[in-house]
Amino acid sequence: MTRLEDSQWQGDLEQIKGLVTERALRGETMVLNMGPQHPSTHGVLRLLLELDGEEIVSCAPDIGYLHTGIEKNMEAKRYEQAITMTDRTDYLNNMGNNLVFCLAMEKLFDLDVPPRAQYLRVLLAELQRINSHLVWLGTHALDLGALSMMLYCFRERERILDIFEMLSGQRMMTTYIRPGGVWRDTVPEFEPAVRDFLSYFPARIDEYERILTENPLWRDRTQGIGFISAEDAIRYGCSGPTLRGSGVNWDIRKAIPYSSYEDFEFDVPLGQHGDVYDRYMVRIEEMRQSVRIIQQAIDRLPDGPFRSNNRKYVPPPRSELGHSMEAVIHHFKLWTEGFRPPKGEVYVRVESPRGELGCYLVSDGGPRPWRVHFRTPSFMHLSVLPHLTKGHLIADVVGIIGSIDIVLGDCDR
Amino acid sequence: MTILDAVKSIETALPDAFERAYEFRGDITVVVNPAHIVEVCRYCRDTDGLHFDMCSGVTAIDYYPDEPRFALVYHLYSMRHNMSLELKVYLAGDEPVVDSVTGVYPSANWFEREAYDMFGIHFNNHPDLRRILMPDDWEGHPLRKDYPLGYETVQFSFNFDEVNKHKPYAKE
Repeated sequence: MTRLEDSQWQGDLEQIKGLVTERALRGETMVLNMGPQHPSTHGVLRLLLELDGEEIVSCAPDIGYLHTGIEKNMEAKRYEQAITMTDRTDYLNNMGNNLVFCLAMEKLFDLDVPPRAQYLRVLLAELQRINSHLVWLGTHALDLGALSMMLYCFRERERILDIFEMLSGQRMMTTYIRPGGVWRDTVPEFEPAVRDFLSYFPARIDEYERILTENPLWRDRTQGIGFISAEDAIRYGCSGPTLRGSGVNWDIRKAIPYSSYEDFEFDVPLGQHGDVYDRYMVRIEEMRQSVRIIQQAIDRLPDGPFRSNNRKYVPPPRSELGHSMEAVIHHFKLWTEGFRPPKGEVYVRVESPRGELGCYLVSDGGPRPWRVHFRTPSFMHLSVLPHLTKGHLIADVVGIIGSIDIVLGDCDR
Repeated sequence: MTILDAVKSIETALPDAFERAYEFRGDITVVVNPAHIVEVCRYCRDTDGLHFDMCSGVTAIDYYPDEPRFALVYHLYSMRHNMSLELKVYLAGDEPVVDSVTGVYPSANWFEREAYDMFGIHFNNHPDLRRILMPDDWEGHPLRKDYPLGYETVQFSFNFDEVNKHKPYAKE
């Protein structure tokens, strides 16, 4: 058995040749595996770090540990069944995933969505954004040492999950947003619960900011690291807070409004320096703006139907089945064969808490989608990670991964 | 400049690359000759008035058993003009090869790796073409239409022996 001093490498060099620089192959730098099971990688992410002392020379992400073949599975299911799978891609943005797939379907079918459903969708998407940002803040701060932040953020999150459970019966994988509107109308407890949440939450954001924003320890660990310039961010396809932290004013809710976002008044926070601290500030401010949108949505929630009436795509309510023959026929058709949309391809993008979430839907005219492709922001941002971490220390890598806010379900699908 | 002017300018500037353009539900798709895809991408990114500086993603589609079997769709977006455009290339055969656009749009890097991994589309001049989602030694390309979904067949009495043959337990 060769001793460690005799051989620099104890494995096959071929596999690693393309991933690390020449210095590693010579043995000058050390290659460290930040393995798929690691508390700070926010999921099953494997990073191959090449280290010169503690400084990172190169970093090669290895993904695919959470790949569950959702896109292939969706090709084998009818459209309504396929929506349930979208919840599970980005598991912190369930409503948003449902929303992007439903918007793609509605664009393809040319299906109308009543205003009440549109406002509800906006309200829930913003609640989901706050939810996701709370998890981000909790885990990011936890990685960098502020251990109590996680418990505070998860405590706030419980209220939001209660609201989701009120509407759909499920805390996370709600599948509440369906093509044509939402699954069912809101319950009477919904409005007081949302108003109650809005009454105390803004003060909580201020409280969390007091812990972190001016804290010299936090600033030391987050300012000046993970820098990306605006041009590079656009070139590498970054979006969302990762792009806005570098000062690029692009928010899909403002640029390409969907689901009646143009009726709402809100600001888009921008960073200046493009480092981890600025991305943190952008997300904190986004939580405040989301509160503003939710306030407007709940104040102006219109009455009316909660789902489209187009019986070719939307099942009739069960009460109608007793006395209407057309309702029975539509119900039968939808439950056995499913609907047959027109042939074509559409691409729809929404602003997920992570960035641009896009859905490219190809239909061949049959009841199952021919191809569904999710352009996920975490996938894109993880490909920029080598660029962001070059020259930093290992401890900074943890902060940078937190700042780009990846969710491995979103990345691997 | 509107999106239609942009498409017109691609048609006039690169006539042998431009095949046709169509519109569906407000989205414009330009079908491009696969041999000239890098040229078209460079034109879209660098020309004044177009400025498609962001490539949101690359999607691969398998139209089995139709020919041409594969298609690649490049989703371009212009920040300055707030325009979206889709470039589509059709690739025939079972081992398609096309040039990589990572020189023009670095954001297409991982998407092309995913298209290679899932569909087997080979990209020339790609800086790092290897499997991304599947394990490195996986055989086959999962999202192709002739690749099975992979669940276990229910073993009834009429197909008992057939399913038994493929079951992975210790047989004598």
